[in-house]
Amino acid sequence: MREITYRQALNEALAEELERDPDVFLMGEEVAEYQGAYKVSAGLLQLFGPKRIIDTPISENGFAGLGIGAAMVGLRPIIEFMTFSFSLVAFDQVVNNAPNMFMMSGGQFNIPITFRGPNGPAHQLGATHSHATENFYASVPGLKVCTPATPRDAKGLLKTAIRDDNPVLVLEAELLYSSKGMVEPPDEELLIPLGKAEVKREGSDVTVVCYAQTVPIALKVAAQLEEEDISAEVVDLRSIKPLDERAIFDSISKTHRVVIVEQDHPYCGVGAEICYRIQKDIFDELDAPILRVSQEDVPMPYNEQLEHHVLPNAEKLFAAVKKVCYA
Amino acid sequence: MQPVEQRDEVEMLSLMLLIRRFEERASQQYQAQKIGGFCHLYIGQEAVVVGAIAAVRPDDYIITAYRDHGHALARGTTANACMAELFGKETGCSRGLGGSMHFFDKRHHMYGGHAIVAAHVPLGVGLAFAIKYRSEDRVTLCFFGDGAINQGSFHEALNLAALYKLPIIFICENNLFAMGTSVTRSTSLKQIVDRAEGYDIPGEIVDGMNFREVRDKIAEVADSIRKESHPAFLEVRTYRYRGHSMSDPASYRTKEELEKYRLDDPIIRLRAQLTREGKLTNEQFDQLDRQAKQTVLDAVKFAEESPQLPVEKLYDYVYFNGAKL
Repeated sequence: MREITYRQALNEALAEELERDPDVFLMGEEVAEYQGAYKVSAGLLQLFGPKRIIDTPISENGFAGLGIGAAMVGLRPIIEFMTFSFSLVAFDQVVNNAPNMFMMSGGQFNIPITFRGPNGPAHQLGATHSHATENFYASVPGLKVCTPATPRDAKGLLKTAIRDDNPVLVLEAELLYSSKGMVEPPDEELLIPLGKAEVKREGSDVTVVCYAQTVPIALKVAAQLEEEDISAEVVDLRSIKPLDERAIFDSISKTHRVVIVEQDHPYCGVGAEICYRIQKDIFDELDAPILRVSQEDVPMPYNEQLEHHVLPNAEKLFAAVKKVCYA
Repeated sequence: MQPVEQRDEVEMLSLMLLIRRFEERASQQYQAQKIGGFCHLYIGQEAVVVGAIAAVRPDDYIITAYRDHGHALARGTTANACMAELFGKETGCSRGLGGSMHFFDKRHHMYGGHAIVAAHVPLGVGLAFAIKYRSEDRVTLCFFGDGAINQGSFHEALNLAALYKLPIIFICENNLFAMGTSVTRSTSLKQIVDRAEGYDIPGEIVDGMNFREVRDKIAEVADSIRKESHPAFLEVRTYRYRGHSMSDPASYRTKEELEKYRLDDPIIRLRAQLTREGKLTNEQFDQLDRQAKQTVLDAVKFAEESPQLPVEKLYDYVYFNGAKL
């Protein structure tokens, strides 16, 4: 194992899969000559050339659709959205074409495509550039959605996504690109299955379910809670769809209390679905009502203080955990 | 470069007849409530797709919009599979899961059947991208209506195709109406073909009621593309005799206008050409027509008798590995 950044981990995943399979190509705005808006694709043009690392004009609908068409005849496109906020311009392609094709064609055309890019609020980007899109996309049958929070998960999930024969969205955490973590060396194949959560910290009093940018928040709060003699177990979903119900249920069956901290909006958010499943299947395990910490239900304000108030943050999570623990 | 096989014109005429009779029967079955959802008929436009497929190889790619029955039939999808699809049966070309607007046939390189106006034009560009990526000499034929040319995805797709010099022929089947809106009320240009110029794509106008003109023009353009990859644009002028869909009485146009086009019918026109040249007798034509009608009647029987996809198989068609997430 060695320590690399989340950005480097993604870059390695791309390079390894491009090297392994000539049908894989990377396309998007500024991915080639500019070396990537967030430098995730840095160096790939030099390694693989302009045939496989392809700059596009600002035409999200157009190049997302191009990728889907190429996937219909067996290529394995990786389509980068400069941010998933811009994927909304291609919503029709991502929602109406990619996931519907397999059903509409009676099983003749699966779409082995990966849509990837940063997702979720970053810092003071305002309402249009701060979307957390995971709940929109996870509600679409035919799509898979993963949300890595660590360099290791980023590499392993992206590689798995590229090899998947269905459309997969890899929602990268914009704020975590420079974060570091331990990852297997490049000569060791790292594939992390979609739909497998990971306990990032073990605990016995309360479960904190989190993903993407809320994972570091959960870990920070868990450390603070330890000082108050509350042992929190941190369950990182890693994938939103498929959802690892088993891991959530196993943890709650141990702790009997749960807070879900999500980076999207509360209305029809990821946490709402998880709450439903918990009460349906393991109602008797609960010793307290489930709480959710999410964004406020408002478009994102630019003002820094207001933005902090809107986001799921450590203070809110801390308070929620104390509440479910009646502490 | 693999040559394009010359298709027999009498055979192509019988294909146009098959499409015509298929659509008439589909209309009747729709009214008898055997067919659900939306149903858009191709009657009047047959020379466009039959001319086009007569000009290309069976391994070239084709993709179209929702008025797609003719495209599948022309490509070689059987009338049985097409009618069964309309009936929602498992034997349909999309297993009864797509319906009238979503005909697919992988074996015949028919990539749909797409129902969001112009959303498939970028897909067509993607098919062409794959051809160039693999250094093949195929061509993609991407069909759409005059209603598609004011959508953003159409413009993005044309720009990408021109930028990457992709082997695609954009075929605008201009039937003068986007649903009920005349092209003169939807489009600022006097000629649709001028859209291509904005993307530096060569464009031409073709008489879509004339099978030979469509075939020869597409053959010429496809040949040029196979030699050196580039996009091209054809505005093929045609006319649909029926309304936009089954529920549209087409009251936005006059009887006189319809009659004018009926006199220029693509089937009558090719028949007359062949008869004049001594290649087809009246008896032979009647025989072809009887055959087409019989094929379609048989298809109705086939569709009626076919099974539906069982409910237990529903989740087999959501994810490729059949997983229920």
